[in-house]
Parts: sequence; structure tokens; C-alpha cells
Amino acid sequence: MGQFTPTPHDPDARGHFGPWGGRFVPEALIAAVDELAAEYDKARIDPEFVNEFKRLLKDFAGRPSLLTEAPKFAEHAGTRVFLKREDLNHTGSHKINNVLGQALLTKRMGKKRVIAETGAGQHGVATATACALLGLDCVVYMGEVDTERQALNVARMRLLGAEVIPVKSGSRTLKDAINEALRDWVTNVDDTHYLLGTAAGPHPFPLLVRDFHRVIGIEAREQILEKAGRLPDAVVACVGGGSNAIGIFHGFIDDADVRLVGVEPGGSGLDSGRHGATLTVGTPGSLHGAMSYVMQDEDGQITEAHSISAGLDYPGVGPEHSHLKDIGRAEYFAVTDAEAMEAFALLSRTEGIIPAIESSHALAGALKLGPSLGPDGLLVVNLSGRGDKDMDTAVEYFGLADGGQA
Amino acid sequence: MSLADVFATARAESRAALIGYLPAGYPSVSGSKDHLRSMIESGCDLVEVGLPFSDPVMDGPTIQAAAEQALSAGFRVRDLFDVVASVADAGGRAVVMTYWNPVLRYGVDAFARDLAAAGGLGMITPDLVPDEADDWMAASEAHGLDRTFLVAPSSTEERIAMTARASSGFLYATAVMGVTGARDVVASTAPELVARVREHTSIPVGVGLGVRSGAQAAEIAGFADGVIVGSAFVSAAAEGDGAVRALAADLAKGVRSAPAAV
Repeated sequence: MGQFTPTPHDPDARGHFGPWGGRFVPEALIAAVDELAAEYDKARIDPEFVNEFKRLLKDFAGRPSLLTEAPKFAEHAGTRVFLKREDLNHTGSHKINNVLGQALLTKRMGKKRVIAETGAGQHGVATATACALLGLDCVVYMGEVDTERQALNVARMRLLGAEVIPVKSGSRTLKDAINEALRDWVTNVDDTHYLLGTAAGPHPFPLLVRDFHRVIGIEAREQILEKAGRLPDAVVACVGGGSNAIGIFHGFIDDADVRLVGVEPGGSGLDSGRHGATLTVGTPGSLHGAMSYVMQDEDGQITEAHSISAGLDYPGVGPEHSHLKDIGRAEYFAVTDAEAMEAFALLSRTEGIIPAIESSHALAGALKLGPSLGPDGLLVVNLSGRGDKDMDTAVEYFGLADGGQA
Repeated sequence: MSLADVFATARAESRAALIGYLPAGYPSVSGSKDHLRSMIESGCDLVEVGLPFSDPVMDGPTIQAAAEQALSAGFRVRDLFDVVASVADAGGRAVVMTYWNPVLRYGVDAFARDLAAAGGLGMITPDLVPDEADDWMAASEAHGLDRTFLVAPSSTEERIAMTARASSGFLYATAVMGVTGARDVVASTAPELVARVREHTSIPVGVGLGVRSGAQAAEIAGFADGVIVGSAFVSAAAEGDGAVRALAADLAKGVRSAPAAV
């Protein structure tokens, strides 16, 4: 099956996955999302587009990414663990898959300007990279709080020629960056593509972002069959908006015996109220253009998410994840900041791989899940990004500057 | 009294209707009641009572800040109905303008029921397109409320026709591609859009986004059935009730200085 082959899991023509998804956007944006959907429908069956995308993944992003067994980490999980190494992609995370795809679509639509939101900065850096490569103007909206905790990525984006605009409204994090990007888009939609970074937002974003990331799961499935001789018992991925998770899940979605496990940011703990566990404890709502589970108060005001990981700090989630949860095909639970940071340090020390704090949530999930599978069990964990960008957080968290040890 | 009557009355006077927006709870719940009453007394034919929302993606800085202030002062959705009722009790006509999520959370039918009970006439839904509005269509029918959907310069002919069919009371034409906020000039896209709308429907058309002066109101009144003013009232409310009254009076004069469009 190809990466762009329609599946029985595609949304309906208006972007609904069951009761989720759709288009809850101002009428002014409908023409743009219609244009995007029509362009994607043409592109996904156009060999020229598909081949150009594949060429960029191979020759620019460095795919296929490795599948690495992590035996010493696995001792702590009590089961066999393989890591899908999205951290080895150019720009250091899975995000490059989606931005290359959407940047190519932008060119096809004849648009010259790209805007994007970013939380941790991974999607912003990836977008700035793709725009530099393909000659597009790039503006990245980033919550002011995030520009402070991810200063290195701000510098990277600027070096790549992007304009980074700190967003000072609301909670000054990812959700507010998306709000500001939507405001820009509605104003400049004629020449501008909004390169949304996660599998959320109005149709067709959840569909096309997923499809651009399906390569993760397609590769992982082939690789695990080759290396382990069988399918895994579970595939584990972190979920903020849910793009890396939906990409790897789709490689296994028709393998009924493979559990699909999404790990959400539990922040200071679910009881504390300071977390981003949208699927675990959220309620149905519409945010940023689609129906999904959201974190909200009893008046429907969106509440702030909290996570040590800027990339998971989001009070919404992709509509397809909401659907997979409801139909029971995927399962979701949360791990705390502390559990994620413990897994961050553990993988670094045992395997010589410093993971992103986002991905460390998936690793912490694997540590929780492993014992129930036992030594004969087999897990594939999506290592969605590398941890270089998170060193400031780690230095502070573990006191590394003062001779502390993780 | 219905929205149709509001526009019929204005037409009978050969003028456009003046529609003023203010978020409930801004600058406080009681302050918003006072200002809305002043807007009506000073010439607004209809007021849009905004529901402050945490993520107002269609709004520029002025209304964003007002919503943030209202919410941080403890505004609750139940206060909205209280504000609407105070407008109705004072003999004014009110619709609610709200992002969709608070309505979803409240329950679409329950929201419609309580809005109608408070004396509200309808609802403007900036991030709900008719394609997704089955529940609202049913609830508005059940509770006798009017539905105002939006059209934009980017809307196709098909979508304008569809949106007009789904609307009742009046249709909201966004004058420019962009978010709310006062602008210096009326965009040339506005008359073009209104002309396109009229090809498809006889429903009254209100034009908003960027209007702040009597002169602009007069210009829009030359081609539209309603002139919608939002951010400028929010800015005036920050100055005080005198500024709100003065703005409403200036705008009311504006809509009377141009011949009505139809």
C-alpha cells in the first residue's frame, strides 16, 4: 500500500471521522480549505507529485529512518523495545515529512508565502527549512512563553530566513500561536498557505498531515517484520496534536492484534489540573476548526494546557485520534512530567540517544506498558524527535550545570 | 418584534439599520448593560451582544483584549442571558454573536431556549458555517430564533446562495478579508460582495469589519441594509459611556445621510 492510497479510515467528503473533525472555521477560510482539499486530491494521485515528495524524503530528509533495538533501555521496560528513529531525520524530528509535503502543495497552488505555528519550535524549524529549500517566504508564529524556553530554535528559524513572531495573547503558548496564524491566514489567504503542523484543524488538514506522516508507519512495519520476524504487540507514540502518532499508527491500523497506544502529557499529574491530557480527560468541543476532544471549563472556555514539553502543550487533539479512542482502536493514557524526564535520562544513559521531551513521554509509556507484556513482548516506540533543543530544560530540571546528574 | 421588523422599519425610513456590537461583561457585566442601553438610546436599531471566548480567532486586538478582560473578571455564560434580558427589558433588540464552542458546551438546544427566553432575537455565528449547523438549524426553528451566517469576499456563488438560504433575519457580509478592528477606509470589496449577495437573495445584508465613523457608515448605508460596528464601540466603552453615546449618535446620523440601498 502506498503512502497516499485512500484507506477505509479516511474521513467523509466534509472531513468527518465519525462525529469528529469537519470545518468549524469562518466562511472567509472555506474557499482556501476547499482549494487545498481539491489540490491534495489531485496531488495524491499525481506521480510527479508523489515522486518529488519521495525524492525529497530520501535525498533531503534522509529517509528511511532507522529502526533501532534498545536492549538496555528494554531491561527497564521488561519487554523488547525497538525505536523508530524519527530523531535522525533532517531537522531532528518527524515534522519534516509533513512540511515537505505541504510546501510542495503550496508551490502547486501558486502561493508564495507560508505561515506556520510552532510550540517547541520543531515544526517551525522544519517549515523554515522547507521554505528555504523551495524558495517560499516564511512567517512562524510562536507563543512568547515558548520563544523563551526554546530560544535555540528561534535562532535556527531566523538563520533559515524565516520571520518569527512572538505571540503575546492568551496563554502565549501553542494554542495562541495557532489563533494568530489563523488571523494572518484569513487576512492574507490569497497568496498565503497556512502550513499547519499537526493532524488537527479543519478538513483537509487532519487527512493530509496524516498521509504525509504515514511513511513512518509504513517503514516501521516493514522494518519490524524484518528485524523481529513479527508484528509488535503495541506501537507507542506521544500525542499532543497527534501527528507523529497518527503517522505511525496508520502503518498498523489494519493489524487488529497490534495495540495502538498514545501517551499524553500528564504535566504535574491529572489531579493537579496542570496537564495536557486532552483525550484522557477532555470533553467534546470545537477548537481551531474541528470537533475533537478539548480541554475546557464548564462554559466552553478553552483551558490552558501544561506540560514540560512545549510540543505537547496543547488543549486540543486531532479529530482522528478522538475517533480512534471512541471506537476503541487506539488507547490513550498520560504520563507526568517527572515520568517523562526519567525516561529522557534513562534512554540517554542506557542507549546513547538523547530523545526529545515529547518523545520521552512515549518512552515513559513504554516503561509502563512493558511489564504487562513480559520478556516475550515486543514494542515499537516512535522516537519522534531528538533532544538537543531540550537541553536548557534538562539543565534546569536535573541541575546539570551545578554538577548534578540525571 | 423580529429582525425582519428591524430592517423593515429602517427601510420604511429610507435608511440602513445601525447595528452595534459590545461583548457582554465588558467592561463589567453591569457596565455592558449600561453601554448597550446607551447604544440603543443613541440610535442603534439592533445590538449584537458578544459572548467573550478564550480563543477568538476572528477578532483583532481590540475585541481580543475586551474578551480577555471580561473573562479574567469572572464572566460566565449565564451572565450573557442576563445582559440580553436587560436589553430586551429596556425595549431594545438584541442578537448574540458567539463562537461556537461555548454554545456546544452549553447544549445547542438549551442555549437557544435560554436565549429566546431572555428576549434575544437570534444569533450570529462567525465560526459556524451552514454545512456544520444541523443542530443549530433545528434549535433555532424550535425556539423561533433568527440565524445570521457570514459571507466573505472569498465566498463562491454557490456558497453565497447556500448561506443565504440557511440564514434568516439578516446576512452578515464581512467587508474585507481579515479580522475585526477599526479601519480608516471602507474596503472596495464590500460593495462588490453585497452586489453578489443580492444576485442570490432578498434577505437584508449587514456589512461589518472595520467601520468606525459616521462617514464610513454613510458610505456603507449607500449599498447595504445594515451597518455593523464592533471594535469602535469597544474602544468607546473603554473611554466611558459618553463616548459610547457620541459614537452611536455619529453613526446613526451617518446611516441617515445616505439613501437606502433598496
